[in-house]
Amino acid sequence: MNHWNFQELHETPSQTGGPYVHIGLLPQQANIEVFENNFNNQLVQEKTLGERIRLEGQVFDGLGLPLRDVLIEIWQADANGVYPSAADIQGKAVDPNFLGWGRTGADFETGFWSFNTIKPGAVPGRKGTTQAPHIALIIFARGINIGLNTRVYFEDEAEANAQDPVLKGIEWAPRRQTLIAKREEHDGEVVYRFDIRVQGEDETVFLDI
Amino acid sequence: MSQLILGAYAQRNTNDHPPAYAPGYKTSVLRSPKNALISIAETLTEVTSPQFSAEQFGPKDNDLILNYAKEGLPIGERIIVHGYVRDQFGRPVKNALLEVWQANASGRYRHPNDQFIGAMDPNFGGCGRMMTDANGYFVFRTIKPGPYPWRNRINEWRPAHIHFSLLADGWAQRLISQFYFEGDTLIDSCPIIKTIPSEEQRRALIALEDKSNFIEADSRCYRFDITLRGRRATYFENDLT
Repeated sequence: MNHWNFQELHETPSQTGGPYVHIGLLPQQANIEVFENNFNNQLVQEKTLGERIRLEGQVFDGLGLPLRDVLIEIWQADANGVYPSAADIQGKAVDPNFLGWGRTGADFETGFWSFNTIKPGAVPGRKGTTQAPHIALIIFARGINIGLNTRVYFEDEAEANAQDPVLKGIEWAPRRQTLIAKREEHDGEVVYRFDIRVQGEDETVFLDI
Repeated sequence: MSQLILGAYAQRNTNDHPPAYAPGYKTSVLRSPKNALISIAETLTEVTSPQFSAEQFGPKDNDLILNYAKEGLPIGERIIVHGYVRDQFGRPVKNALLEVWQANASGRYRHPNDQFIGAMDPNFGGCGRMMTDANGYFVFRTIKPGPYPWRNRINEWRPAHIHFSLLADGWAQRLISQFYFEGDTLIDSCPIIKTIPSEEQRRALIALEDKSNFIEADSRCYRFDITLRGRRATYFENDLT
C-alpha cells in the first residue's frame, strides 16, 4: 500500500489448463455426462443469419507434431458485425440466434479441430476505422502456461485485410499471412483451413490483447 | 455525472504471470512461441464476451458431491469453496461463468488418458460450473482432491488443486488457472506453481481455511477470491470505436 492509501489488485496469475482440461470444459469428450446443456463447437442455430462456414485445422508444436490435447475457443461477431455482448456499443440489433462463442477439443488421435459457424461481418476498429472480418481464437493446453490469443482472417477478403488496423500493426509483414485462413470447398460446404504453429518456422502470430 | 463510458481493459502485467517458456515445466519447451507476443490496442473484439444465463444450468451443476453420485456418496473430505470475483479496480464481476474440474480423493482423474493406480470413485465425476451473483460471489461443494504423481521429473507430485476457468465481460479477461489448499507442503516444490515469478502471486492461488464457515458434522470450507483485469473509464476522447 502506498501513501495515498490506494491499492489496486493484481490479476490472478494464469496456470496451464493441463492434459485433462476436457473434464471441466468439454466433459463429454472425457465421457462424463453431468450437465444437461453442454457447450460445444456448433455456433449455428436454425435461424442464425449469414453464410455457413466450417473453420478447421490443427495445432502444431515446435517439432511439427499436432497437439492432441489442445482446447480451442472462438469469439466472433454476427453476420452484420455486431457482438452478442452487453459491451458492444454500436447500437445495432444483434442476431438473436447467435451466441458468438464456441469451444472444442482437438481429436485425441489426429489432432484435428473444427467449428461450424457463420462468416462474421466487418466490425468497427478504433478511431473510426473498419476491421476486416475476423474471429478471435484462444488455445489452452498442457505445456501452455497462459492462453495464447490469435485472430483468424479470411483469404477471400484480401482487400479488407490490406486495410485492417491489427494486421497492418504487425511490423514483420511476412508474419501477417499466418493469420489468414485458406478457403476450400468440400461437397458444397465452405471450409476455412487454419493451422496454428505454436513454435518455429511460420510460427503463428500471438497477440497480447 | 452522465453515463459512464468505458475504455479499454488495463494492460496485462506480464510480470504477474508465468512466462510461456519455463524449462522446469518440461512440456512448455516445445509448446511456447519463440517470438514475442504482439500487443494490440483493444477494439470491440477484445472488450466484448459471450453472455450466459443461469437458466442454462442444472440445479446440481455446482455440487460435485452429488452431480455424478449413482449408488451413494463419493469418498473423501467434504468441502465447500466460496469467494468473490472482482476486477483489479475492486469492482464485483457479475454473471461470470466459473467452471471447475479436479481429481478425486485418490488423485485420480476421470479422463481416458489418466492411468494412475489411485482408485477411481464411481460416484465422483469431477466437474462443475456456476455463475457469479450481483456481488461477484460464487460457491460450490466438492470432495477435496488428492495430490497426484506426474511425469515431469520422474518423482514429481502435484499438490492438491482445483482447475478453474472464467468467462466474464470482456474477451481480454479470459483466464484459466488452478488454486491450491492452505498448508499443503507440496506447494513449495511444484514446478508448475514455480513458473509464477513472484511469491506474492503464488500465494494468490492458495485457498484459505475459513473456519467460521465450516458446517458442523458436515463440511469444511475454503475461501478463494479471484481478480480479473478491469476496464478504465473514459472522460475525454473515446477512441475505442
